[in-house]
Amino acid sequence: MGTFQIDFGGAANKRIVGIDLGTTNSLVAYLDGVTPKVIPTPEGDRLVPSIVSYTDEGVFVAGEAARGLQIQRPERTVYSVKRLMGRGVDDVRDDLKLLPFQIAEGSESVIRLDLGGKLVTPPEVSAQVLLELKRNAEAHLGEEITQAVITVPAYFNDAQRQATKDAGRLAGLEVLRLVNEPTAASLAYGLDKRKEGIVAVYDLGGGTFDISILRLQEGIFEVLATNGDTRLGGDDIDERLMAIALEDIATEWGENLSGNLEAVQTIRRAVIEAKHQLSTLPKVAISVRYGGRVYQRELTRELFEQLIQDIVERTLQPCREAMRDANLTPEQIDEVVLVGGSTRIPLVRKAVEALFKTKPHTELNPDEVVALGAAVQAAILSGDVQDQLLLDVTPLSLGIETMGGVVTKLIHRNSTIPASATETFTTSVDGQKNVLIHVLQGERELVKDCRSLARFDLKDIDPLPAGMTRIEVRFLIDANGILSVTARDLRTGRQQSVEVKPSYGLTDEQVEQMIRESFERAEEDFAARQVREARVEADNILSAVEKARANAAWFDLSEEERAAVDAALNGLQMAYHSEDHRLILDQIEKLDAATRTLAESMMNSAVRQALKGTKI
Amino acid sequence: MSELRILGEQAPAEHPHCWRCGNGPAHEHAEPVSLFCQFCNTLQPPVADYFSFFDLPRHLSLDLAELQRKFYALSRLLHPDRYTRAAERERRYSLEATAILNDGYRVLRDPVERAEYVLREAGFDIGEQRTRDVPPELLEEVFEFNMALDELKSGDETVVPQLMESRASFVSLLAEIDRELDAHFAEHDGAAGREARRAVLERIRKILNRRRYIRNLVAEVDRQLTAQGA
Ligand SMILES: [Zn+2]
Repeated sequence: MGTFQIDFGGAANKRIVGIDLGTTNSLVAYLDGVTPKVIPTPEGDRLVPSIVSYTDEGVFVAGEAARGLQIQRPERTVYSVKRLMGRGVDDVRDDLKLLPFQIAEGSESVIRLDLGGKLVTPPEVSAQVLLELKRNAEAHLGEEITQAVITVPAYFNDAQRQATKDAGRLAGLEVLRLVNEPTAASLAYGLDKRKEGIVAVYDLGGGTFDISILRLQEGIFEVLATNGDTRLGGDDIDERLMAIALEDIATEWGENLSGNLEAVQTIRRAVIEAKHQLSTLPKVAISVRYGGRVYQRELTRELFEQLIQDIVERTLQPCREAMRDANLTPEQIDEVVLVGGSTRIPLVRKAVEALFKTKPHTELNPDEVVALGAAVQAAILSGDVQDQLLLDVTPLSLGIETMGGVVTKLIHRNSTIPASATETFTTSVDGQKNVLIHVLQGERELVKDCRSLARFDLKDIDPLPAGMTRIEVRFLIDANGILSVTARDLRTGRQQSVEVKPSYGLTDEQVEQMIRESFERAEEDFAARQVREARVEADNILSAVEKARANAAWFDLSEEERAAVDAALNGLQMAYHSEDHRLILDQIEKLDAATRTLAESMMNSAVRQALKGTKI
Repeated sequence: MSELRILGEQAPAEHPHCWRCGNGPAHEHAEPVSLFCQFCNTLQPPVADYFSFFDLPRHLSLDLAELQRKFYALSRLLHPDRYTRAAERERRYSLEATAILNDGYRVLRDPVERAEYVLREAGFDIGEQRTRDVPPELLEEVFEFNMALDELKSGDETVVPQLMESRASFVSLLAEIDRELDAHFAEHDGAAGREARRAVLERIRKILNRRRYIRNLVAEVDRQLTAQGA
């Protein structure tokens, strides 16, 4: 056997960016030398709102532009889509009460949002946010960006992770790693500190809550335990305030606005603003202007804290469970790091301090620390950072359905990933040709209480008497927390084919189809833009010629010259409505040629007039 | 890197030569084999045996600090983060090797899982089905314990103190069993010859069954007390 080299196609020095794809805001960051930095938008903003709007013109806009459309076009503008990632419509009934989106028919395994007739899945919506970040990064760094690390809540299940990866692919990004948000934060925290010891990361974001406990030792960031709630965050706090405002307004104005999307968005802005101010002020005014009327009320921090007390409480039980799983007491936690905008709330800080018996770190910007950590992880993957390594865990146990609807656990939660488990299956009927394996995620005993991940069909088994075939199935969770399954016939040693039916989310084929369509769409969009540009050019020359026909120079032309101009003018008017931009440009050129003498004589007379000092 | 060489009890016979540079054998001797090709330093298909992987003798007593040190050192060498820009095949080996490393660390650092692993690899049956056999010396206590549990389930909370007392006695029994296990681990590691080791393993298997039985009792009472909110 001879030696051979593999060509990496220049991938070796490609830059990898880190992306925090948040419920409320998203950020992109990169490692500048040894310092992780957030990449600003061309307007200079560091946060990109995770909002996507499908405009009346039939294009997607994301970020600040979409935020601007939130009030005028609420039915076409999507926010907090992260809550819908990797879920079916039955999972999100509660979330949908909070979100004003129309859900299309057939959304059992993948939600389809109806944006004024345009159907989109959550990964497609997220892809638009990622595209916006990608463009910002490309503009800022002056190079093409095709590879990224994207963060996800630590407590995301397999389907939610897969959906995030799909969003990356749809945005033209190769997702080299999904990193858990609290773990990413610990990387940013530990980078310049050279810390050793036990660190708890408390991450209360817009829509999710995570707690991770890590051991930092000699550059190894080992996650000991993680826990959380993927349906708990700042959005829930906003909802409490919304309810109060809507009730007040119903009483004061005698009008229930909860069905009025535009009004609801206006009120939402107002309560969020009040919430932010309450982190520094003891009392604030909620102020809403809508339809020529004004609603105002005072909100004290005391009342606010009463309103959100139970939401803050709900974060503490996962913290206790994580400590128990890590075999640690609060006294053994050396440091607590806060992540997520909601940790600016003084009550949250108080609760965290009381639980861990240590004052949490507040010197890091809780909105940016995850993106900065993602940039560090990106640099670890590119080899630019060598001395740090993240060892993360799977947040949920993985099991298979066995007799009587019971789940047999194969890989337990908080196992360091990559992790694997092997199980041998056999046939129960003579001549059986396939075996169906139902894989679930969750901590409960019964199938109905766990999350269905996928059904794996072991196909083309040699037909033998029952129990003769033995198939060894290997379940492997990779470093992204995503499951893959391989199977081998132990009798023949042959690799066994496995067909995967994901319970939630898009199949590979669907994602590829979407990518193809987006390329086709891109071509269509490009063609449409060329036609539009050609028509603009035609408009310019048509109006110029129209004006010139009133000029004295027009009458200086010969009969033939005038006839030639009129013919060319007619030709362009004919071509104007064509969908082929080349036809339009062709006629523009002809008209341009036909009017050259006219233009020259006009120019000369203009010069003469100018020399005479009079205006034409 | 010499300390990270591993014993090749299950060295994959189908890969005597390096998959990348073709030189062979990728390792100078059959044992110990390295994780990496001795010519081009490319990651080779990993072996699946945990003790071999960590280059540790097949002992039941382990130095946990040493185990953790090796775990970190091997993680640095094998983790997929280190192979993002490697060839597809090397990336796959990195994923497989790291899965074995993590699975192995999880098993070896826990004395009971470690012992069960050694038993299973030695061909002992350690299935859960044996948990129904009540250890004879516990027969009477378990009978009364189950009666009390039934009463708790039907809402009689007066049995709670009795259950807590039984629980305490089971917990101290577990501590005793763990000491017994430690002694047997030492005996196993010091035993000369395969037969002598198997004899110790057979005794360990029985102790582990008893331990599992008692642990289940403790778990059951905890579950019932939590369910009753007691
Ligand atoms: Zn080699």
